Amino acid sequence: MLSIKNLTVNVNDKQILKGINLEIKPGEIHAIMGPNGSGKSTLSHILSGKAGYTVTGGSVTYQGKDLLEMPPEIRAREGVFLAFQYPVEIPGVSNIYLLKAALNSIRKHHGQPEVDAMDFLTLVKDKVRLLEMDEKFLYRAVNEGFSGGEKKRNEILQMAILEPKLCILDETDSGLDIDALKVVAEGVNSLRAANRSFVMVTHYQRLLDYIKPDFVHVLANGQIVKSGGAELALELEEKGYSWLEDSKAAV
Amino acid sequence: MTAATASRYTAEYSSIAPTLPGQNLPWLTALRQDALTKFSAQGFPSLREEEWRYTNVSAIEKKLFSSSLIGQAQEPVATELLAAYQLPDAWSVVLLDGHFCAELSALNDLPETVSVMSMADALAKQPEIVERYINQAVTNDEHNFVAFNSAWFTDGLFVHVPAKLVLEKPIQVVHLNTQNDALASTRTVIVAEQMADIKVIETFVGLDIAYLSAAVTEVFVGVNADVTLYKMQCESNKAYHFGGIYVKQAKHARFIHHNFAFGGLLARCDIHTDLDLASECELNGLYLGVNRQHIDNHTRINHLKPHGISRELYKGVLDDRARGVFQGRVIVAEDAQKTDSQMNNRNLLLSNDAEADTKPQLEIYADDVKCAHGVTVGQLDEKSIFYLQSRCIDQETARNMLTFAFANEMVDKIKIKSVHDQALEQVLIRFPQAGVNKEWL
Repeated sequence: MLSIKNLTVNVNDKQILKGINLEIKPGEIHAIMGPNGSGKSTLSHILSGKAGYTVTGGSVTYQGKDLLEMPPEIRAREGVFLAFQYPVEIPGVSNIYLLKAALNSIRKHHGQPEVDAMDFLTLVKDKVRLLEMDEKFLYRAVNEGFSGGEKKRNEILQMAILEPKLCILDETDSGLDIDALKVVAEGVNSLRAANRSFVMVTHYQRLLDYIKPDFVHVLANGQIVKSGGAELALELEEKGYSWLEDSKAAV
Repeated sequence: MTAATASRYTAEYSSIAPTLPGQNLPWLTALRQDALTKFSAQGFPSLREEEWRYTNVSAIEKKLFSSSLIGQAQEPVATELLAAYQLPDAWSVVLLDGHFCAELSALNDLPETVSVMSMADALAKQPEIVERYINQAVTNDEHNFVAFNSAWFTDGLFVHVPAKLVLEKPIQVVHLNTQNDALASTRTVIVAEQMADIKVIETFVGLDIAYLSAAVTEVFVGVNADVTLYKMQCESNKAYHFGGIYVKQAKHARFIHHNFAFGGLLARCDIHTDLDLASECELNGLYLGVNRQHIDNHTRINHLKPHGISRELYKGVLDDRARGVFQGRVIVAEDAQKTDSQMNNRNLLLSNDAEADTKPQLEIYADDVKCAHGVTVGQLDEKSIFYLQSRCIDQETARNMLTFAFANEMVDKIKIKSVHDQALEQVLIRFPQAGVNKEWL
């Protein structure tokens, strides 16, 4: 699904990622954990194509294609989805409008006709129920005046409707109370599938109580310093990050 | 401007004067004479006046726009144009080149106690009520466009709604301009008595010709009354437009204004409101400038008494060589404690040659108030563009969508569906590339 090889990235001439290696197979859930400033968010931004980063070395291959060559919208249409840490408010564009425009862009990209209006509405309403959202959210402007929790739910709603292959969740648990966290986690879990992979970027282990990862990687100083199974997250919760920060990159 | 150039208009005045309505009313003759004297001395406002420093109206002096003597519909173009703008679900008054046109208007089934008529009619039938209000919300001293209007107005709209009456349909006045190089000078008075509730739409349209539309509207919002006023300025792109809206709000009165400036080569709009104890006003504005359009909006919110609330949001989208001007003044009098005021002006520049001049002014003489203001002039937010890209939208479409959305936020504030749809149509016409599928909205 995704293969990151020796990736180095600069921001304003400062090296942020210092040789990342990561292999993600279809159906796997990988958690990327690490202290503030370790490069976690940079990694999710690089995968989704945000501007402002310079790739100085290495490669990212997604489904056999060079991911870094693609503009952000092509990545998205090819099935890469970033759930934002801070979803952007867009007054003047309704949620349902954006969903429809996005879904139709994907369909067009794959040579399919536009989605039927009735089918679309049925699909959207199903997913809205899944995320325990109020239908009227659909007709409100994208994220405008939403609470932190509502914004995160809205991200997962978009994910559920667009059915991506690679889901990147950037600090999805931040700003969520425990009830909202459960709903969001259930939403994510319902999307688990043999051909869909997840990268969860998170500072805390809390989210991993509800979405069990197959692998946990610790990012520190721009390198993956330790990889392990779900139990590594618990160890981190107990010991913190400091015991790993000085270690060398995991081989 | 000099008196010499103003004199071209003044010289013509003696031939027009006998045709103006209200000849038999000494108070009106005096008002017009006072106005003429002021206008003759100074002409139209000049760039030297602080409130006109961004807007040069000398083109109006160079051309001599003459009042048409009678409104005669140029079939069928004018009626086609009217059909596109006349709202189906409103009482409507059509002012054709500055004159009331009964056959195009629709005033059936008005409640008996409500007056909706042309200003000429009102001056003939109930001059004492007109006298009570005209020249009260604004005077000839405001500036010489107002004086010019007082001297030259040929007709207009008069609305009087008695206490406690909630009008179920809106009232629309359509200013329809069809004559080349013509002047349409109109005066409107709207009175909503205590606890009345009305909605009025002022629509300005014209054929693709040059003309001057000069309209002054005075609004009186009674105690605890509600007035919502919409201005849909869709003048021809060769037209000159001056529109002044001057409002007096009584205690607990609510006034909402939606100002859409879509057309005109040079368009200036004043919106001034005086707030009494605990009255509230909301001023919303959207101006979209293309080519060499110059659009100037000038607002003044005058908090005279305590506990007033004012909310103002003006947004501009300027492309090509267009220029947008926003001057927003909020005055809080010494007595107006506990005033709560917010003013915002946001401009989006789509081209390197477009210009936005924005000048928010707070004048606060009270010491226990909450006043905020903010101004932005800039380009689209890169974060928003990336967000849309990450949702499969290509960059160009994302930009167009965000530009449309920026404007559409103001359209979405319109509560009357037919007016909303009309404004949306106007916005969509101006962003043909927005890739916005109307059916999905």
